[in-house]
Amino acid sequence: MKQTISVLVENRAGVLNRITSLFSRRAFNIDSLAVGVTDDPTLSRITIIVDSGNSVVEQVEKQLNKLIEVIKVRTLDESSLIGRELMIIKVSANKNTREQIMTICNICGAKVADISPTSMTMELSDTPDRVSVFEDMMRPYNILEVARTGVIALQKGAGKI
Amino acid sequence: MECLLEQEVDTVFGYPGGTILNLYDELYRYQDKIHHVLTAHEQGASHAADGYARSTGKVGVCFATSGPGATNLTTGIATAYLDSSPVVFITCNVGENFLGKDSFQEVDTTGIAMPITKATFLVRDAQTIPDVMRQAFAVAANGRPGPVLIDFLKNVTAADQMIDYEFIPWRQNRGCDSIRALASTQLKNPEPNQEDVNTLLDMIAQAKRPLLICGGGVVRGKADREFREFAEKLDAPVAITVMGGGGFPGGHPLTTGMIGMHGSRASNVACDECDLLIAVGCRFSDRVALDPATFAQQAKIVQIDIDRAEIDKNVLTDHHIIGSAKQVLRMLNDRMPQYQHTVWKEHILPLRAPSVAEDSPVLTPQQVLEVIRTKAPEDAIVATDVGQHQMWAIKYLHFSYPGQLLTSGGFGTMGFGLGAAIGAQMGNPDKRVIHVTGDGCFRMNCHELCTVEHYGLPIITVIFDNGTLGMVRQWQSLIYGQRYSETTLDRGPDFVKLAEAYGLKGYRATTRAEMEDVFAQALACGTGAVIDCRLNIDEMVRPMVAAGSPITDFLLN
Repeated sequence: MKQTISVLVENRAGVLNRITSLFSRRAFNIDSLAVGVTDDPTLSRITIIVDSGNSVVEQVEKQLNKLIEVIKVRTLDESSLIGRELMIIKVSANKNTREQIMTICNICGAKVADISPTSMTMELSDTPDRVSVFEDMMRPYNILEVARTGVIALQKGAGKI
Repeated sequence: MECLLEQEVDTVFGYPGGTILNLYDELYRYQDKIHHVLTAHEQGASHAADGYARSTGKVGVCFATSGPGATNLTTGIATAYLDSSPVVFITCNVGENFLGKDSFQEVDTTGIAMPITKATFLVRDAQTIPDVMRQAFAVAANGRPGPVLIDFLKNVTAADQMIDYEFIPWRQNRGCDSIRALASTQLKNPEPNQEDVNTLLDMIAQAKRPLLICGGGVVRGKADREFREFAEKLDAPVAITVMGGGGFPGGHPLTTGMIGMHGSRASNVACDECDLLIAVGCRFSDRVALDPATFAQQAKIVQIDIDRAEIDKNVLTDHHIIGSAKQVLRMLNDRMPQYQHTVWKEHILPLRAPSVAEDSPVLTPQQVLEVIRTKAPEDAIVATDVGQHQMWAIKYLHFSYPGQLLTSGGFGTMGFGLGAAIGAQMGNPDKRVIHVTGDGCFRMNCHELCTVEHYGLPIITVIFDNGTLGMVRQWQSLIYGQRYSETTLDRGPDFVKLAEAYGLKGYRATTRAEMEDVFAQALACGTGAVIDCRLNIDEMVRPMVAAGSPITDFLLN
């Protein structure tokens, strides 16, 4: 079961290394990890998707809390979080297939970022499930390259971590 | 140097090198205030700083240079990490201009130490030196103690660096900026919840067959007095883990000895049959809770620990109290009435094996330890290595105060003993230090004998010389069909001649009478000594439970 963990950390060199090394040492499985600075330049937020049972996630939280660079750890409630992922995808396209690809883009809300005689590059930012749906729809057209950022998420409502 | 003095450090262990030259140059000027112990190998220095910390309760300090100097510390850092020992390791790295270019003796020290330390610091700016030093010591010593590594770039330690600095003794530094930058969770012990304490008191009132486990947390937290009061009020049998040695008197009528893989019959049966298990400062390692599914299957399990992450990590608990052993036990003792569990005790305590060595023409491990127990001063510190001799020493010797037993329980580092003994002797000049080791372990770090001799440390090394890697051989005998692959150590050196080559006294014993004689001589000779005790190659540690088995499934009895 996928769970989303949001970690507020000091924006220091080596912090990301420490977090990922913690995960590998304790054999926790990370599905994806995204990190970026927050409105406070001394703090970064790391969003981690873990695919494990509840007891493992609890251990992950406790171990993260022991690190001195970690300010706060919170497992977000899956039913009330806003999660988004960005994908850039390049597919083969020619004059026969271009229109069909455009239809799918319009349905999914993807934008065209680049075009060439034999290819099209699109970008889509949406919930991870919908991003995956778009990727699956592109598969028949021969995907040349894909880059996904991993999920970032915040809890709904006025509260904050 | 000034920051070290802030922390009241008077002894450091280490080995110099190219990048750490500036530090050692400054150390030269501080010779009368900070005593440096030069070992033969950085690993010896790391174990010495660790042994110093464990036996004195202060934070140990170890210096090493970059590259191979730092990597030689790795085993020592991991040993301190797994046994929660407060040591600050200070290394230097190449200068800013040479960093990341595969320079001479360069390595990513902080990267290597990351998984085996509480925190690592890479210092690139001289102005941050006081902050980093104060934070490092605070992190190492507070909460659950552990090793911290500070890596200084060489240019940062250069003499021309001027910074703003004010000397603040550590006991008064809580308010200063350096310390306030650390999250308060790193500094204060978690406050035990009175509700949790009350719940435990209720559980105790209901229990008919309670068992107490004294773990490493009692020793690290110096909570032996509170633990003893609690145990005596509870009137329950007390099992002592390897790391708990010294937390509860080994000769006390309530003690049942070790628990787990080489636990006594009394402890293991008590564990299986008790209805309330209270573990203080114990993390239920895989050597104690061999099979978490069947561990203490009839009991409600209660864990008292300072580290929240240890609760439910290995064994699922029914109740827990987060806090330092000392504080929690004090709160419990305040409200606890006196209990009597005579029937339960009469069922468990007689299962303890008799503790007198049998007569035998050939020297046995138990005889050796009996001689040590009866002839060495009662407060002598014992440092062990790892293996059969370690299990026998913990079984047959009695430890009565925290810091009396120095052993690598969590990491199981062979070669730990001699370095640890050196650190302990430096930190406790008025006590005798006995180093119990095996012939395999001794060969790993015996070069530190030159350190023993140079600093005039009267450490007595007792080698359980059975010509084999005993513990591994035992597993090979019982589980691997006696296929003794690479465990027979039929090779030199002649340990007596080796000791003499290092300028120390060397003795040999093959019978009990000889052991009594040479041990008395070693105690009196005034210098370090090595006693080579010849033992039978097939001696086994009993009892034994195989890894992953239910705790009463004795493989050997």
